[in-house]
Amino acid sequence: MKVLVPVKRVIDYNVKPRVKMDGTGVDLANVKMSMNPFDEIAVEEAIRLREKGAATEVVVVSIGPAKAQETLRTALAMGADRAILVTTDDAVEPLAVAKILKAIADEEQPGLVILGKQAIDDDSNQTGQMLAALMGRPQGTFASKVEVEGDSVTVTREVDGGLETVKLAIPAIVTTDLRLNEPRYASLPNIMKAKSKPLANKTPTDYGVDTTPRIETVKVSEPPKRVAGIKVADVDELVAKLKAMGVAA
Amino acid sequence: MPSYTPPIADTRFVLDQVLGIDRYANLPGFAAASPDIVQAVLEEGGRFCAEVVFPTNQSGDHEGCTRHDDGSVTTPAGFKEAYKQFAEAGWMGLGAPEQYGGQAMPHVVSTAFEEYLISSNMAFGMYPGLTHGAIAAFLAVGSDAQKALYLPKMIAGEWTGTMNLTEPQCGTDLGLIKTKAELAADGTYKVTGTKIFISAGEHDLSDNIIHLVLAKIPGGPEGTKGISLFIVPKFTLDSDGNPGARNAVSCGSIEEKMGIHANSTCVMNYDGATGYLIGEENRGLAAMFIMMNAARLGVGLQGLGIGEVAYQNAVAYAKDRRQGRALTGPAEPDQKADTLFVHPDVRRMLMECKASLEAGRALMLWGALQVDLSHHAADEAERQAADDMLSLLTPVIKGYLTDLGYEIATKAQQVFGGHGYIREYGMEQYVRDARIAMIYEGTNGVQAMDLVGRKLPRHGGKAAMALFGLISADIAGAKDGRQAELAGKLEKALGELQAGMMWLMQNGMKDPNNAGAAAYPLMTMMGIVSLGWMWLKMARAAQAQIDAGEGDRGFLDAKLVTARFFAERILPDVGALRRKLEGGAEAVMALPVEAF
Repeated sequence: MKVLVPVKRVIDYNVKPRVKMDGTGVDLANVKMSMNPFDEIAVEEAIRLREKGAATEVVVVSIGPAKAQETLRTALAMGADRAILVTTDDAVEPLAVAKILKAIADEEQPGLVILGKQAIDDDSNQTGQMLAALMGRPQGTFASKVEVEGDSVTVTREVDGGLETVKLAIPAIVTTDLRLNEPRYASLPNIMKAKSKPLANKTPTDYGVDTTPRIETVKVSEPPKRVAGIKVADVDELVAKLKAMGVAA
Repeated sequence: MPSYTPPIADTRFVLDQVLGIDRYANLPGFAAASPDIVQAVLEEGGRFCAEVVFPTNQSGDHEGCTRHDDGSVTTPAGFKEAYKQFAEAGWMGLGAPEQYGGQAMPHVVSTAFEEYLISSNMAFGMYPGLTHGAIAAFLAVGSDAQKALYLPKMIAGEWTGTMNLTEPQCGTDLGLIKTKAELAADGTYKVTGTKIFISAGEHDLSDNIIHLVLAKIPGGPEGTKGISLFIVPKFTLDSDGNPGARNAVSCGSIEEKMGIHANSTCVMNYDGATGYLIGEENRGLAAMFIMMNAARLGVGLQGLGIGEVAYQNAVAYAKDRRQGRALTGPAEPDQKADTLFVHPDVRRMLMECKASLEAGRALMLWGALQVDLSHHAADEAERQAADDMLSLLTPVIKGYLTDLGYEIATKAQQVFGGHGYIREYGMEQYVRDARIAMIYEGTNGVQAMDLVGRKLPRHGGKAAMALFGLISADIAGAKDGRQAELAGKLEKALGELQAGMMWLMQNGMKDPNNAGAAAYPLMTMMGIVSLGWMWLKMARAAQAQIDAGEGDRGFLDAKLVTARFFAERILPDVGALRRKLEGGAEAVMALPVEAF
């Protein structure tokens, strides 16, 4: 069974983002970029499935600028087998990404597509679900446990009330949550080997997908600065204040 | 709690823009060191150091090593696991030959990585560090059979190494060694004696410990000419090359030290332990000096590494801590006080640290590149030139960079005020850890004497002339450009250094004490001029990138500003040192011993 893992190059989770002066977006010039942390978990899970013998090959794919190649090399250094880079300078949106992934899945015929549940830059949380719909295959989102048995996969999902376990027929789409695993550090020999692993260069046109953005970003602004709170002397004063603010009757 | 971020952008700037390591792509090892691989290695290696090794630093210092009644030593909590991960991820083999399982990356790249390891935890880094030294000795003088037997395991990190020189009665003067090695019937030797201050002599991190021991074969020449080097494994190897019987070598005690608590510093007792001669009989000191020279560069790197992590924390503290107001009026009127950054004296300390560290890193990596060139350059003349340059600057890198490391650690501590003296903040540990680097592998005074007595006069001063030639060429190249002012100031400092050396040549012969008294100021002068030279290189590289519209403008502008600071606030020290040096030995030696 082949596992397809899409990975996105995003602003590093340690970096404090700065909004561009003109409010059109986040300033990414000379900012450290890394693999989306949820995608790292997806790569780790796919490699573990291969190590357990449940999968035979791990293919990673990234859709984005040419520099996304570095992100793919990181995944290859962790242990993925080969990579596909779909280069576009457009700001990629979930639907376009899902369409490209659908076309790649048609070619590659993976048993599982494991994606991060969301990317930490736009927090969309849509690509996995859209891909499942386009492919007409079952989905197990927010996974904290994944077990492959024969031609089905059992996914434990983190839902609001606790854990939900679903059993899906393969091929299936899984999106990862934080607690699924702890991604490994790439070993030095694997970092060196990553360079010689195959990486195919593609464009959205190769898959007949138009990546022109459909969403217009109106404005991006910093979150409002927190203002200092007020100390109240007792419960009565608190209640009075809440009433005055109109949040309590 | 301190924090640490590997300075990858600074490292890359030196490797790519200042040293231009892509120019050496035709040399062995360098072809694999393409920018993307170097980036991946530094990123992932740095992440490993910061996330796995760094968290063991403060706890390791508090807990220290423990020697048990049976002579075994345990390292602090977390060390075993971190070391296992370090070895399994292959980091031990970064610069080691492929033939024995390493990745054969250039020394300049492995040095860059080792800085991160030291910054993360100096005491931890010493276990692999000593192994690197032992590997260097095996590669230089070991037989093929010895290399095949020991190197793969050491490069995989399964076995560690040590170097055993010091004995109770001899530290600097190795001619006094008493440990003896008697030839046995089977061609091995029985090694008997006591070695002290043996870093990583006994611990629980590896399956075997390979001691390299200096000893005398009875009947050999007196003094240093009769010293040989022996391999004494903690467990002798069985016929399959696996650790077998316990050898008669044991840890008698571990030292209680000022710093590097998490590294076991052992008294090692050899009681007729089985040893194997490595290299030629009575040529042990030459073999040991191969290790020593590599180790001295490694110790210089410790100065840099500790300085860097201490500085990073001082910067973070100064940004966060609000005390007093700017002399020119409140910088942030809506706050109750301004940050420490508004105070010129805090700025002075932080700028002195920054200016020394960034040039120190450049000098360190430049030195590491000379190691590569001395082994792999295309023609013999180039190899020799690199070797001359390296041997000239090794005492400067060791002596001056470790002086700086300690100075930077105390300045960073100073920025913290009273909190710098409190253990929880972690700054006092950096001061304690940095201190040893000025002492071991030859005290800095010994380094200064090595520079003045051995390295400068070698081949009629050829290496020093060549170094001055390189610096002058860079100055000449910058004279008409935008770095003319910096070049001019460096030229002046270089002139003072050359005048100081001239004085030494004229007066050192007359009275050897003049040379002895001049040695330390001269080493410091060479250190400052070398860093000034690195700043000229960095400023020119930054300017070139700015002119080409490349790179991160803020990062490059900071290089230019820091270069100017170095030229205005540090380079002038060379003149004062020259006047001190030219005072000669008279005032130093005048006071009778009884008057002390």
